[in-house]
Amino acid sequence: MESRKTQIWVGLFVVLGVLALLFIALRAASGSAATSGETYKLYAKFDNIGSLKVRSPVKVGGVVVGRVSNITLTGEYYEPTVEMEISADYDQFSETSSLSVLTSGLLGEQYLGLQPGFIDDTVGMLEDGDTISDTKSALVLEQLIGQFLFSQGND
Amino acid sequence: MIEQLRRVGHTSLNQVAGIGYALAMLLSAIIGKPNPRKSFPLFIKQMYVVGVLSLLIIIVSGLFIGMVLGLQGYTILVDYGAEQSLGPMVALSLLRELGPVVTALLFAGRAGSALTAEIGLMKATEQLSSLEMMAVDPLRRVVAPRFWAGFISMPLLALIFSAVGIYGGYLVGSGWLGVDEGAFWSVMQSSVDWYDDLLNGIIKSIVFAFVVTWIALYKGYRAVPTSAGISTATTSTVVTASLAVLGLDFILTALMFGG
Repeated sequence: MESRKTQIWVGLFVVLGVLALLFIALRAASGSAATSGETYKLYAKFDNIGSLKVRSPVKVGGVVVGRVSNITLTGEYYEPTVEMEISADYDQFSETSSLSVLTSGLLGEQYLGLQPGFIDDTVGMLEDGDTISDTKSALVLEQLIGQFLFSQGND
Repeated sequence: MIEQLRRVGHTSLNQVAGIGYALAMLLSAIIGKPNPRKSFPLFIKQMYVVGVLSLLIIIVSGLFIGMVLGLQGYTILVDYGAEQSLGPMVALSLLRELGPVVTALLFAGRAGSALTAEIGLMKATEQLSSLEMMAVDPLRRVVAPRFWAGFISMPLLALIFSAVGIYGGYLVGSGWLGVDEGAFWSVMQSSVDWYDDLLNGIIKSIVFAFVVTWIALYKGYRAVPTSAGISTATTSTVVTASLAVLGLDFILTALMFGG
């Protein structure tokens, strides 16, 4: 009977361990759901990406639809080019959509805000590998202050 | 001069030989034709001794560490009006660091020292030799079930530690200090990642389980078979295992989160 009691205790122990894993996995953590499934790639060129990083989120109206997958300098003039992986659930963005580098809160992380454009007979949809041309660069505080001081000096 | 050189050489040869013995012991204990019918009951017995009996200390210390994290974090975060970040702070510090590391340290003290003393005493009273005389391999019969029991039960203990700790942080933060319950869980959920935090923490605890159990078994198996030898071996297990865990933790952290 001693052995049976031991087995019950060990069973309880293992169940407790699995329950702890489930508790942490479901209650305390979450996967990056927007990019776990099928994705397609979009590209965008910026003048300045600020402190955007690989795996920064791409949001539409605050909802995460994808993530930045790569950042490189391309072309003759070394422009920063951002490669994004967008969830295939959201594949109806028109070519007139615009991208801007935004900051969450005053001191928060930077992310890409995707503003869906209008849809017209003459406007196509963005597909895998397309480049978004309408982009707004990151707000760099130092440049802003510099411009402000410069314009003050002119008066 | 030559004498000192000889001493350095002697010490380093001893160290290298020790690592070799430890590896040989482990390999011959766990490699071989498995015999589940005979070894499974032994393994269950050891899971009880190593895992179940460590549950109490793990749960109690996990709860208290979580509650202390909640209190300490709150007093600092409230200065910045960021007490919603209490959840992620408690969860991340437990899952990434404190869960695996503190569990490994407690495990080395609670179960590792017991393993060393048990095997050392078996050696001192020549039980291991008698097993060999009966054509029973003591490595397969004594060392292997203890190794697997430690290796499997420690990650489970670390998970229980983290879960209980997060609950402790929730009790203090939400129940006592008045952090909003919904914000506590939802902010935690959005900043704790399955892969980055949970999986890396589990990998850490698996590595620690391997190292601590291995050191404990080796120190017992190679103990000088006297009462003084067993006490030295037991102390050495706790010291070596703790240092190995803390050193490895730095390396693993640098590899996982440093890049």
